[in-house]
Amino acid sequence: MYSFDYHTAASVADAVKARAGDNEATFLAGGMTLVPTLKQRLAMPSTLVDLSGIADLAGIRREGDAIVVGAMTTHADVAASAEVMGAIPALAALANGIGDAQVRNRGTIGGSIANADPAADYPAAVLGLGATVVTDRREIDAESFFTGLFETALEEGELITAVRFPIPKRAGYVKFPSPASRYAVVGVMVAETAKGVRVAVTGAGPAAFRVEAMEDALARDFRPQAVEGIAVAADRLNDDMHASAEYRAHLVGVMARRAVQAALG
Amino acid sequence: MSETLSLTVNGKPVTVPVEPNTLLVEVLRQQLRLTGTHVGCDTSQCGACVVHLDGRSVKSCTMLAVQAQGRSVTTIEGLARPDGELHPMQAAFREHHGLQCGFCTPGMVMSAVDLFRVNPDADEDEIRAWLDGNICRCTGYHNIVKAVRTGLEAMKAGGARHAAE
Amino acid sequence: MTEARTTDSGGVGARVARVEDRRFLTGRGRYTDDINRPGQLYACILRSPHAHARIKGIDKSAAEAAPGVVAVFTGADMAADGIGSLPCGWLIHFKDGSPMKEPPHPPLAVDKVRHVGDQVAVVVAETYRQAKDAAELLDVDYEELPAVVATAAAAGAAVAVHDEAPDNICYDWEWGDRAKTEEAFAKAAHVTRLDLVNNRMIPNAMEPRAAIGEYDPGADEYTLTTTSQNPQLIRLLLCGFTMGLPEHKVRVVAPDVGGGFGSKIYHYAEEVIVVYAAKKLARPVKWTAERSESFQADAHGRDHVTHVELAMDEQAHFLGLRVSTTANLGAYLSTFSTCIPTILYATLLSGQYKTPAIHAEVKAVFTNTAPVDAYRGAGRPEACYLIERVVDVAAREMNIDRAEIRRRNFITPDMMPYATPVGLEYDSGDFPRNLDDALKLIDYEGFEARRQEAAKRGKLRGIGFASYIEACGIAPSNVAGALGARAGLYDSAEVRFHPTGSVSVMVGVHSHGQGHETTFAQIVSERLGVPMDKVEIVHGDSNRTPFGMGTYGSRSLAVGGMAIVKAMDKVIAKSKKIAAHLLEASVEDIEYTDGTFTVAGTDKTIGIAEIAGAAYVPHNYPLDELEPGLDEQAFYDPKNFTFPNGTQICEVEIDTDTGVTKIVRFVAVDDFGRVINPMIVEGQVHGGLVQGIGQALLENCVYDPQSGQLLTGSFMDYTMPRADDVPFFEVKTNEVLCKTNELGVKGCGEAGTIGGAACVMNAVCDALGVPHIDMPATPERVWRAIQSNQTPAAAE
Repeated sequence: MYSFDYHTAASVADAVKARAGDNEATFLAGGMTLVPTLKQRLAMPSTLVDLSGIADLAGIRREGDAIVVGAMTTHADVAASAEVMGAIPALAALANGIGDAQVRNRGTIGGSIANADPAADYPAAVLGLGATVVTDRREIDAESFFTGLFETALEEGELITAVRFPIPKRAGYVKFPSPASRYAVVGVMVAETAKGVRVAVTGAGPAAFRVEAMEDALARDFRPQAVEGIAVAADRLNDDMHASAEYRAHLVGVMARRAVQAALG
Repeated sequence: MSETLSLTVNGKPVTVPVEPNTLLVEVLRQQLRLTGTHVGCDTSQCGACVVHLDGRSVKSCTMLAVQAQGRSVTTIEGLARPDGELHPMQAAFREHHGLQCGFCTPGMVMSAVDLFRVNPDADEDEIRAWLDGNICRCTGYHNIVKAVRTGLEAMKAGGARHAAE
Repeated sequence: MTEARTTDSGGVGARVARVEDRRFLTGRGRYTDDINRPGQLYACILRSPHAHARIKGIDKSAAEAAPGVVAVFTGADMAADGIGSLPCGWLIHFKDGSPMKEPPHPPLAVDKVRHVGDQVAVVVAETYRQAKDAAELLDVDYEELPAVVATAAAAGAAVAVHDEAPDNICYDWEWGDRAKTEEAFAKAAHVTRLDLVNNRMIPNAMEPRAAIGEYDPGADEYTLTTTSQNPQLIRLLLCGFTMGLPEHKVRVVAPDVGGGFGSKIYHYAEEVIVVYAAKKLARPVKWTAERSESFQADAHGRDHVTHVELAMDEQAHFLGLRVSTTANLGAYLSTFSTCIPTILYATLLSGQYKTPAIHAEVKAVFTNTAPVDAYRGAGRPEACYLIERVVDVAAREMNIDRAEIRRRNFITPDMMPYATPVGLEYDSGDFPRNLDDALKLIDYEGFEARRQEAAKRGKLRGIGFASYIEACGIAPSNVAGALGARAGLYDSAEVRFHPTGSVSVMVGVHSHGQGHETTFAQIVSERLGVPMDKVEIVHGDSNRTPFGMGTYGSRSLAVGGMAIVKAMDKVIAKSKKIAAHLLEASVEDIEYTDGTFTVAGTDKTIGIAEIAGAAYVPHNYPLDELEPGLDEQAFYDPKNFTFPNGTQICEVEIDTDTGVTKIVRFVAVDDFGRVINPMIVEGQVHGGLVQGIGQALLENCVYDPQSGQLLTGSFMDYTMPRADDVPFFEVKTNEVLCKTNELGVKGCGEAGTIGGAACVMNAVCDALGVPHIDMPATPERVWRAIQSNQTPAAAE
C-alpha cells in the first residue's frame, strides 16, 4: 500500500468537505474492494475519508411504500433485517449471497453501488427494484445511476447517503456465482412492481442492464415459462475465461426463469 | 502521518502507533506478536486472518488498523479460557480432527464461532455455505463441517458464557 | 455416519486425538513467518513481468538510494560471488541413452527471464514495505522475446527457452517393451483410443513459502529457517550445490509448516537468496511470499498431453497399453521434476490390471511457464487418470459393465507378488475385494433407479469408478539410483531415552499436517511401553535430527516409521543386556513385552524406565560389556516400494440448464496396509479426494497462450475447492498388510488424489453419455457437451 492520509468524517457534511477540492481523495465505506485495491497498489489516493463514524448513514427504515437502506448499512444487516425480510425478501436473500460472511459483515450497500463492479449483486437490486439512490445533494433514479464499467452518475466528491427501494408486489433474485471469486457471473433480479415488471441483469455485461422483452412477457404472464425462449444477444456481454458471452447469454435465461420461480415462492 | 490506535484486544486495552496504511493484521502479528492470525492470500479470500471485531467475524487483512479505533478485537489467542480450557469450538475441532497443518485453523475457528451468533442451528449445507470465506487445503472440509456442527451444539449447551464471547 | 470417539492416548489402531492440535487451535503454532530475529531485514524479490525476455541491464541506483534500503542484489552479483545453479535431483536419459538437457537455473536470472514471476533482483531493507517500495524503483531494461507456452506446441517451436535445448525437448524417454506391445496390438480384437489433457495445477498450500537467512560471523555459521518438507535435503543442496558451504556450518530448520503437497519439497531460489544476503550483510534476512508470488513461482503440478491406446481381445481382456505423453516441465528443472512424468508415471501404467505388454514414451518440454514438479500424487494421478479413463471408454465401446471389465482384468491376490511389465513388483493387495466393498457401500445395484429418479428432477446422474494403485514408500536407494536418482532415499531416526524414562524420537521426515507427532508417538508408546505424554517426536531441525530425506510420496511411515522401529529394536536389544545384568539372568532368558523385561519362567521383572535410569546412572551396570546411555540411531532403506490401492466410486448430478456438476455420493475403499491412527488416515483420504475433485471440476492453471501471462494468478481466478463444493465422504479401509516392511504399512497421504480426479470424470462422462471431456469439467464445458450431444452431428 502506498501511503495516504486518513480522516474520520463526523458527518455527511464533514465527509463531503474533506473531499472537496481534492480529486485524489476518496471515501472509505466498508473497504471490501478499496482495501484489496490499495494492497495491490492499484490505487494511490491522497486521503481516505472514513464514513464509518457517521451514525445516521447506517440503518434500515420503512418510509411509506419503500424500504430505505442507509449507505453504510452492511450486507449482513440487510440480510438479517426483519424489515427487509418482511417487505422485500429477495433483497435480503441477495444481500445474504454477497461474497462471504466476512465481506457481508463489513461491506456496505453504498460502497458496493458506488464501485459499480459489473459482477456485484446490488446493481441488479437497484435496477431491478427501480430504486432511487439518495446522495448528499440529489436523488438519482436507478436507470440513470449505472453508466458503464465501474462508472456511475456520481459527481466527484458526491456521497451516497441511502438507497430507497420501492416495495414490489413480489421479487426474486438468483445468481450464478463464479466458482472462484463468488461474484456473479450472471445474476438476475425479477420484480413485479407497481409500475410494472422489471428484469435486471448483473454480471453479464459491462454494467447492470434491463431486459425489456422479458419484462413484457412477464407482464403478460408472470410465470417462468413466459421467459422461455427469450434470448439476450451475446455480442455485448462479457467474455472471459470464466464464461463466454454465449454461455452468459444462456445463463441470463436460466437465472431469469429461476428468479421468477423464486418470486412466486 | 502516524496515528495513535487505541483498541481492546482479547479483553485488554492496547495503544499502538500506526500508519494509516497499516492493516489490522499487521498490528496483530507484528506489533502485538499475536501470530495466531495468519495471512494466506492477498485478495481477501482465504480467511486465515479472520478475527472478531465487536463480536463479528472480519478479515483482518482487509481492514486498515485505524478502522478498529476504539473497537474490540478478539483473536484466536483470546478464545480459550485463561485457565487453558479450550473453547467448545476449539475442542470440537480437536475431537473431529478438523485440522491438519493448522494454518487455516485460527480463521476457520473464528468464522465458526461467529456462525453461532447468526445461526446456532445451522445444518450441513448452511455450515458449508458459511465457510465460503475460509479455504482449507488439507482436510477436504469433511471433518471441519462435523466439528462446526458439534461446536455449535456445545456452545448452545454451554449457554451464555460462550455466546457472549 | 457414526464413528468411534477419539482418545487421548493409545497404541496402533487407536483414534488418538492429535498431540499437535492444542498449539494450532490456540494460535501458538510457530510457522516461519511467525519468527523474527533481532536486527532482521526484509527481502522483496523483483519478479519478471514477462514470460520471456533478455535482461539488457538493471539500474539499481534509485532503489539503492530509497529509504531504508540496505542492499540490492542481482543475478550478476550472485554469479560474481560464485553462487551456483539450483540443481535437479534426477537424471533421465533420451531413448538413445544420451542424458537429458540440463540448462542452468540461477537463483536470480542472469541474462534472461524465462517465466512470469522469474526472480530478477532482491531488495533488502529495514522493513518489507520499504523493500517493496524500492523494488518498484528498480529499472530493468528488458528486450521482450516471443514465448513458448502451450505444452503440445513446445517441441520444435521456433523459439527456444534455453540454448541448451534448441528444440525445447529436455528428454524423449521410453519405458516398457515396445516390440511386445506392438505384437499385442497386432492381435487385438479391439483397440480403444483416447486423447486427453491432464490439466495444470497450482498446489496452493495455505501457508505461503517463507525463508529466513542468518549468519553468525563469529562462529562462521549459517541458519536457514524455511517452509520445507525436507530440511535436511535442503541443507544438502544448499551446501553441495548452490552456496557451496560445509554442512557442519549450516543449520536448516523447518518449523511448523502449513501444508506442502509437494510444493515445499524443492530447493527454491529464495532460500539461496536469503542465506546469501544474510552473509553479505551479516544480518538476518526474511522473505515471505505474497500469495500472488506463490501462484507465479511455486512449482506447479501435472500438465500432460497424452494419447493412449488399449488393445483387447474379444472378451475385453487387456492385451497391451500404448501411451504417448508430452509433459511440461516449465522454464527450469525443479528438484524432482524430471522423475515425475517418467519414473513415478510410466512405472504405474499397469494399474491394478494384468495387462501383459505396456509401452510408454514421454517427451518432456521446456516452456516459458513456472517450473512443474511433484504435486500430491506426482505422476501417479496422471497414470491413474489415463488408465481409468481409457478402461471406462473401452467398457463403453465393448458394451461391458464398468465394474465387470475391471474385475475381468484385475491382478488377483493369488498372483502376488506380481511383477508388472513396467518394472514394479506388487507385494500385496486384494483389488477385487476393494471393488466389491465399494460397490456394496454405494449400492451399485440401486444406481439405475437413482439415475431415473434424478432424471425426473431434470438432472443427469452418473456413476464413476477409479481403481487405483500407487507406488509409495519412496524408495529403495539402489533401485532409485539405477533409475537416475542422484541421492539415496532411506530415512533415519534416533530414539533417545532420558534418565527418568521419557523418550525423544528424532526423525528425518517432516510433518506439515500429517500428524507425525501423534502417529509416531503411538508406535513408540506401544512398543516401548511408555505413556504417550512421555514421548516427544522431534522433526524439522538439521541440528537435532539425523540426516533424512524428508516427507513426500507417502513415505514418512513406511520409511521413516521403519527407521524408528529399527532404532527401537536397538534400544530393546541393549536394554535386554542391561536387564539381564540387573536381574542376574542370561540375556537369552530375558523376554520383552510392552516395556517390561522378564526372566523367562519367573516373576522377576524390570521396567524399561528403570533400565534407562540404570543406563544413565551406571552404578550397577555391565560397564565392561556395554556403554552407558540409552540412545540409538537407525537408518532404514526400504526393500521395495509399497503399493497402497483401492477403489473409489462417486455419483454426480448435472444440472442440464447450467452444466453445474454436484457430487452427491463418494465412497472410498482403501488398502493402506496396517492403519496406525484411523482418524488421521481418514483425514488424509478426505483431503486427497478434494484435491482430486478440485482437479476434475474446479482447478485449472491458465497461461495466455501467446503472451505467457498467468491468467489464474489469484484465488479470484483460480478456483480452490470450498466447503460447499464437496460432499461428505464414506471411507473404509481394507487392511492387507504390506509384506516388505515390518510395520505392514503402505502409506495413505496421496491415495485420495491418485484416484479422485479419474473417479469424478468417469462419473461426469457417464452422466453426460459421452466418451470423454477434458478436465476441469467446468459448468460451461459441461453445458457445451450437453449442447453438442443434443445435435445429431456430434453423435459419436
